[in-house]
Amino acid sequence: MSSNYFNPEVETMSREQIEALQLERLQKTVRHCMNNEFYRKKFAEAGITPDDIKTLADVRKLPFTTKQDLRETYPFGMSCVPMKDCVRLHSSSGTTGNPTVILHTKKDLDEWANQVARNLWMVGLRPDDVFQNSSGYGMFTGGLGFQYGAEKLGMLTVPAAAGNSLRQIKFIRDFGTTAIHAVPSYVTRLYEVMKEQGVDPRRDTKLKVLAIGAEPHSEEQRKRIEDMMGVKAYNSFGMSEMCGPGVGFECPEQNGMHFWEDYYIVEIVNPETLEPVPDGEIGELVLTTLCREAMPLLRYRTRDLTRVLGRTCPCGRNHVRVDRMKGRSDDMMVLRGVNIFPIQIEKILMQFSELANNYLITLTTDEENDNMTVEVELAQATDDFKQLQTLEKEIRRRLKDEILLTPIVKLVPLGSLPVSEGKAVRVVDKRKVYQ
Amino acid sequence: MTIPQLSIFIENRSGTLIKVLDALKEAKIQIIASTIADTAEYGIYRLICSEPLRAQEELKKAGVAVALSEVFAIEIDDQPGRAAEAVKVFSEAGISITYMYSFLLRGKGILVFRTDNTELARKAIAEYNLRYISEEDLASWS
Repeated sequence: MSSNYFNPEVETMSREQIEALQLERLQKTVRHCMNNEFYRKKFAEAGITPDDIKTLADVRKLPFTTKQDLRETYPFGMSCVPMKDCVRLHSSSGTTGNPTVILHTKKDLDEWANQVARNLWMVGLRPDDVFQNSSGYGMFTGGLGFQYGAEKLGMLTVPAAAGNSLRQIKFIRDFGTTAIHAVPSYVTRLYEVMKEQGVDPRRDTKLKVLAIGAEPHSEEQRKRIEDMMGVKAYNSFGMSEMCGPGVGFECPEQNGMHFWEDYYIVEIVNPETLEPVPDGEIGELVLTTLCREAMPLLRYRTRDLTRVLGRTCPCGRNHVRVDRMKGRSDDMMVLRGVNIFPIQIEKILMQFSELANNYLITLTTDEENDNMTVEVELAQATDDFKQLQTLEKEIRRRLKDEILLTPIVKLVPLGSLPVSEGKAVRVVDKRKVYQ
Repeated sequence: MTIPQLSIFIENRSGTLIKVLDALKEAKIQIIASTIADTAEYGIYRLICSEPLRAQEELKKAGVAVALSEVFAIEIDDQPGRAAEAVKVFSEAGISITYMYSFLLRGKGILVFRTDNTELARKAIAEYNLRYISEEDLASWS
């Protein structure tokens, strides 16, 4: 195991070998989907059968799947194996409708862990490393996903979970932590607390690698994090629908994330026409799982906008390199690792009779932290400042219950928020994370 | 014993006040006294005017939310020490004044204020026979 590669054979395959393996696995996956009523219906509507998949390009004959499909088949309607074979599920919070559920068999979990282990190995981590996972556990896949992957690689793992920075720093120093996984804004937070405590990450810790992901961040932000902590920070891509973290990860070249094509077919399509776009052009990322047993997903529309940077790499891996996420093709916001839709905010604001209908959500980065400001028009006037403060506090509290983050709430007079031609502008993202 | 006061929620931003003043100008409503209380983010613009009910209607038409509240308006002589005497009446009765502003009208000082206990304040005003301005007085001044 002294190799640069965790799975040397698949990681260093030529493009031809990768594509041959993909076709074989795609055919198998499509046949496997026939075990499920939802897919049988979808195939019938599209007029296709598994036999129609003769080349890799035939993937385009397959119907897309969406988050809406997952909601409509909630909870177990898209399972392709008997429930007795499933050993875990991860679920979204479902705040904008039915939650989504992703089921896993024992083999699914093992394949997931393998992807994560492959990523961590790729950036130089070995069994003698100490891996601290400062990510939320529970339903959030960044917890268990990295946990199982780091264990599979053979590192000593510290499942520190998110928060309690003083304890995190103590762990880092006492256990000789060499690698941390966290959302980028939390790494910044950790550094601030280190500074307050007089801890210099270069001098006082053994850190050598950071894995950051689950919230969009710019190249600039990554560089700042690297300067602060004095180590390399590698971008990680995952989504619970594809299992979680592991799907894509940067190699030491830091020139795009390798998406593992033995596990996924990566397509970039125009979100309007759904036609493929050429490499280098920005479009919506569409993923097809190739190894999943419990819940294979065909041409899943991630709603993330990005582009293909290349299909070869000096690191020796010919798995497609995908750029950091450039935005969303829907209105979902990602703030400190939490997915938020404007409709969730709207739903809460509309519960207050004191408030008018117009509101504006602004996302900003102040001193490295991402913040959300919700401005909302006051429908009724008052002569009492206390009432306004109480109202602001109550809005903040109810929003926190809904989106799990505490936004800054600003009451503004009626008619003071901009209303654009036709559709109102609800979200202004000033974070410059999508570059 | 009280008079209606208009309270308008305004933002600490240039141009927000003029919207209110323009609407009153258009409606030919006379402002008798006004004050702005501010916090870092916003303020409350309080004003006494000739026709409070019509003013509220006109402002509403202009898209401005207005709250009408009842405040006391005590009349005192325009001499040093009179404000202290008037306020003492309330402090001795254990009444807190939430906010206050004052202006001169026809040679008399007017203290406009709100208290934390309207009932006690009424009693105190009656007991000490303080002169006050009524809603009818507002109309006659316009």
